[in-house]
Amino acid sequence: MPKLTNNGKLQADDWQVVSKESAPALAEMFSGQWLVHVKWYVENQEELTNRNNIGVWLDSDDEAESVSSVIGHLPVIGVNFPVFTDGRGFSIGRTIRERYKFTGELRAIGNFMQDQLFYLKRCGFDAFIVGDKVDAESMAKSLADFSDVYQAAVDQPVPLFRRRLA
Amino acid sequence: MYVYDEYDHKIIGERVAQFRRQTERYLAGEIPPEQFLPLRLQNGLYVQRLAPMLRIAVPYGMLNSGQLRKLAHITRHYDKGYCHVTTRQNIQLNWPQLEEVPDILAELAQVEMHAVQTSGNCIRNVTTDQFAGVAPDEIIDPRPYCEIIRQWSTFHPEFAFLPRKFKIAVAGTQSDRAAIYFHDIGLQLIKNTKGEIGFKVLVGGGLGRTPVIGSVIREFLPEQQILTYLEAILRIYNLHGRRDNKFKARIKILVRAVGPEAFADMVEKEWLNVRDSANHLPAEEIARARTFFPEPQYLRGLDDVEMMAPINALRGEHREFGNWLSHNVQRHKIPGYRAVTLSLKFTGVPPGDLTDRQLEIIADLADRYSFGEVRTTHNQNMVLADVQASQLFELWQQLRQAGFATANVGTLTDIICCPGGDFCSLANAKSIPIAEAIQREFDDLDYVYDLGPIELNISGCMNACGHHHIGNIGILGVDKKGEEFYQVQLGGNSGYNAALGEVLGPSFSRDDMPQVIRKIINVFIKNREGEEEFIDTFTRIGMTPFKESVYAKAH
Ligand code: HEM
Ligand code: SF4
Repeated sequence: MPKLTNNGKLQADDWQVVSKESAPALAEMFSGQWLVHVKWYVENQEELTNRNNIGVWLDSDDEAESVSSVIGHLPVIGVNFPVFTDGRGFSIGRTIRERYKFTGELRAIGNFMQDQLFYLKRCGFDAFIVGDKVDAESMAKSLADFSDVYQAAVDQPVPLFRRRLA
Repeated sequence: MYVYDEYDHKIIGERVAQFRRQTERYLAGEIPPEQFLPLRLQNGLYVQRLAPMLRIAVPYGMLNSGQLRKLAHITRHYDKGYCHVTTRQNIQLNWPQLEEVPDILAELAQVEMHAVQTSGNCIRNVTTDQFAGVAPDEIIDPRPYCEIIRQWSTFHPEFAFLPRKFKIAVAGTQSDRAAIYFHDIGLQLIKNTKGEIGFKVLVGGGLGRTPVIGSVIREFLPEQQILTYLEAILRIYNLHGRRDNKFKARIKILVRAVGPEAFADMVEKEWLNVRDSANHLPAEEIARARTFFPEPQYLRGLDDVEMMAPINALRGEHREFGNWLSHNVQRHKIPGYRAVTLSLKFTGVPPGDLTDRQLEIIADLADRYSFGEVRTTHNQNMVLADVQASQLFELWQQLRQAGFATANVGTLTDIICCPGGDFCSLANAKSIPIAEAIQREFDDLDYVYDLGPIELNISGCMNACGHHHIGNIGILGVDKKGEEFYQVQLGGNSGYNAALGEVLGPSFSRDDMPQVIRKIINVFIKNREGEEEFIDTFTRIGMTPFKESVYAKAH
């Protein structure tokens, strides 16, 4: 499925999400790009580290902390939104960026919606896996719904009150 | 009051544009209804029994006369010429058209108002004491902190899809008029022994179908840390609050499940990670927020007794005026001034309802008598907070003409009442006609005054929008095989001595209700010692005498 970037461009994307239930065969993962579930990654980390074609994904009931021990080895982290009303991913994303200082690609996967893009971006997401038929232009507008914000978050670490005082 | 700068104007303007585009996309079929739902809710719009309703935010209850005139225009032009003051100090329209809501929001933005986050599973409008800044028993003015919290919570990217709605109230007084024990977070401003300002922090209070009194999780939080600490609480709730069952999703259920101490530990642990973040408030920011709530240009050095003497002298000649002085006029921290409550509880008018014309009259009165400002109250009244004592008689004459001088504030007929079955699709029963029937039953004001302060609250279902659990007398609409019945509760208390009412017994039909309340009052009168208040008599004698009298078999 295509990937929308933070600046509103659609790109082809080849990362494949490996489900929590399936135990992927390591031998098959030498080629291709794979997002494996964080628990599986941590259990198998000896064989996986420094493989830049393997990243992890977290579900909304996983703790951000679960990724902290391996975070330096990951090119991509995905956070799943099982339904758009499940807002845990916003906290998970922000914590992965702010507390665990992740600098790779943080992507939203699953059932978030277009009108959450601005908030997702603020929480540190810089890639969004979207459907095949989306209106990229409309999505780009949603990403830029506001040109200024009150509170600190990943995209603007200085809250407005500090900028007003400056 | 708070005045927008260019940033606020820009952000609120962009919000209007965002919702206009979302509405267009929805009407064009580009946003499915289930996705549009949270978007419209977070813009105050929810669809009810008869039409959409729009809940307009009145941050911590403060309005100026220009805003009132705009509200009058909006109710006249986009609605049926009246609006409703809610128990969370907001203003509600009952009949707006979905297509016109973006235009309404644009008009509101012109007068620095909005409907942001007045509904939906997000942080709602922060509420406080209607006498903030003027109450003689105030320790610290809560409004600068309310404004700081308002800005922090407005469009907070992390907390817009919480498990459930989230309400914060702040009190800065010796007696609680903001019901802080019944909010998701209650904050009580206090000073420590060193004279430093901070907050006592309560979490997990709430009404609804599972009423809970909030638990203290921190005795003293330094004022500079309020945003970092709120962020820690909200993050814990966002991550751990239940999402599988909407009836168990409020923070009170989480706090109960893990226990207040364990919950406090979780918050403190999270807080260690964020306490030194950029959200730590510099003293300059608190000072800046204070500058928005300066004292108005009071006449100084007035002698209170001297000012009130000629006013009190009019009591003899004008009994109604005397009653009004005793009940609707409250003391003020500045000698020679008073706060005046406008009763929106005129028998025959749904509690809290206001017409477009009345909004304009209040605006004019605010300009003439109270520095152009008014406040809404969680008891569904309005307040002119800074009236010079010498003008009270003149003001009373005008209030009487406009229908706001019913001298019943704080009495049995100053009823808090939700919209109920007349407007609300969740209702089990109507609530407005019950309020009216009780007001008619107790139409002898002298009798009502003799009873002293009594809070009577009515909700049309267990969602408790009318706060029935914390009324001294609470009435709850219930459904019995498709018929409307009413359950009565006694002993609720919304102050720092927070208590939830207990159920009296089997429910009653609508026609029985005035007589049931009459019997309850009679038991009170029979057992009352001296000038005792209803709630104290109840606490002393307990439920049994009330039960026996109300359910006694007729002979
Ligand atoms: C007519 C449309 C309304 C609907 C459908 C509605 C619905 C609800 C629901 C479902 C709850 C319970 C939420 C929960 O416990 O999680 C609730 C709570 C509440 N509502 Fe309403 N409401 C309406 C109007 C109002 C109005 C007009 C007011 C003010 C007069 C109001 C004030 C409140 C308050 C203060 C609570 C808080 C109870 C608590 O702390 O849990 N509501 N409402
Ligand atoms: S208490 Fe029930 S009937 Fe009353 S407004 Fe709330 S949801 Fe509706």
